[in-house]
Amino acid sequence: MDDITKAIHDYVVREYLEEGDTRDITEVTPLITGGIVDSFSMVSLKRFLEKKYSIRIPDEDASPDAFDTLQSIAALVRRFQQQSQKVGA
Amino acid sequence: MAFNESIRNKYEAELEAIRSAGLFKQERYIHSPQFSEIEVEFPVGAAIRKCINVCSNNYLGLSSHPEVIAAAHAGLDRRGYGMSSVRFICGTQDIHRELENRLTEFLGTEDTLLFPSCMDANGGFFEACLNDQDVMIADRLVHASIVDGMRLCKAMQDTYKHSDMNHLEEKLQEHQDKRVRMIITDGVFSMDGDLAKLAEIVSLAEKYNAMVFVDDSHASGFIGRTGRGTHEHCGVFGKIDVITTTLGKALGGASGGCVSGRKELVEMCRQRARPYLFSNAVAPVIVAGALKVLDLISTSTDRRDKLEWNAKYWRGQLKDAGFDLKEGDSPIVPVMLYDAKLAQDFATDLFHEGVYAVGFFFPVVPKGQARIRTQLSAAHDKRHLDVALTAFKRAGEKHGILGLGKKELMAKVLV
Repeated sequence: MDDITKAIHDYVVREYLEEGDTRDITEVTPLITGGIVDSFSMVSLKRFLEKKYSIRIPDEDASPDAFDTLQSIAALVRRFQQQSQKVGA
Repeated sequence: MAFNESIRNKYEAELEAIRSAGLFKQERYIHSPQFSEIEVEFPVGAAIRKCINVCSNNYLGLSSHPEVIAAAHAGLDRRGYGMSSVRFICGTQDIHRELENRLTEFLGTEDTLLFPSCMDANGGFFEACLNDQDVMIADRLVHASIVDGMRLCKAMQDTYKHSDMNHLEEKLQEHQDKRVRMIITDGVFSMDGDLAKLAEIVSLAEKYNAMVFVDDSHASGFIGRTGRGTHEHCGVFGKIDVITTTLGKALGGASGGCVSGRKELVEMCRQRARPYLFSNAVAPVIVAGALKVLDLISTSTDRRDKLEWNAKYWRGQLKDAGFDLKEGDSPIVPVMLYDAKLAQDFATDLFHEGVYAVGFFFPVVPKGQARIRTQLSAAHDKRHLDVALTAFKRAGEKHGILGLGKKELMAKVLV
């Protein structure tokens, strides 16, 4: 796992798995369709990403598809990092 | 735009997808008043079948109580059928305010406002009382109506793991910069039947200067020594800032709900809560019936005591029979089956044995957590429970699940 994926992994484990839940969360584990994260609790994950990576993820981009795996979330983060760099440049 | 063939086909395809996913809900027609025994037509057109009902919210057995019915009749005669108005135009009768005062006294709060339902109370409260400087921190298993109400509010949303007080504390620490922190929980969680840790929640609220909101719909009238609710049971009576509850379950079972709590918050709802402002007053007949319900449960605890006995007996008997149950202290006793199809088949088997229960599965509960949610009532006699137990045992034997623990059961059914 790269740094971004690892950071998201650690947050997901801490924020969403119950104590004693030893499920292995890989880059492709379905988080939303797999019932680990739901649309109600997803808000805190979005806020974590925005704060940690200094990005703004519009609500229309924070879709269940985009948030379904560590891989897709990391891709989303990179996309908005690049966008904010372009704006900054 | 006309409702043309193409639009019709689009909706038909969506409904078919719901059917194919095994998520299609069907109503069953009941030809009798709500009680421990009911007459059911299912499927439509089938012969009517007498069943023992173990899935209603008629916790205190007051839905068809003769004194409640008589009071409702009298209310109908004295105050009419409907108000044809929202409350603040010409829809408030003396009995609406009388019921609000009686609920305030019963719940141990400062003031109460009636809503058409608790769904509406939860839908309207947050937007009326919180703004974008505030944060709402909810247990992840709160009722769907709270989720909807929070989504209508501009305050920041956050959640904590179900009943995890360490996680709640972390969230309270994280949001110390907000004007108002509101902790939001159900008193009794409707799908699992467990109680919120209200004593710990109140203690955290005091430590981190937060308010506490409790939806006590599955508790008002029977949880606690005198049935006042989860706050009485947990020793924090008078310390909850906002209680929402319903008249549609233990308290007569008709309809109507309320926001009860700090008088300024209740007044904010009276001024700003949209479901209160833009829907009709609760019908006089329901108000009159609810007043009688409060008379009955304020003068005797016999009904909640019987319900408590029934729940303990039922839980103990199911456990002894080898069913896997969710732990809890409420009259909601979920029999865990984990698999959606098994839950539906099990409910069908019970129906053929003369017991009415319903399988719950995703999206009502998380995937892989399907169950039969049984609910006890003071209207049940031991005889009802023993007959229902025999039906459960037969169905359990048929599916070979008796005596299996959670892991074995999941391994057997989730293949």
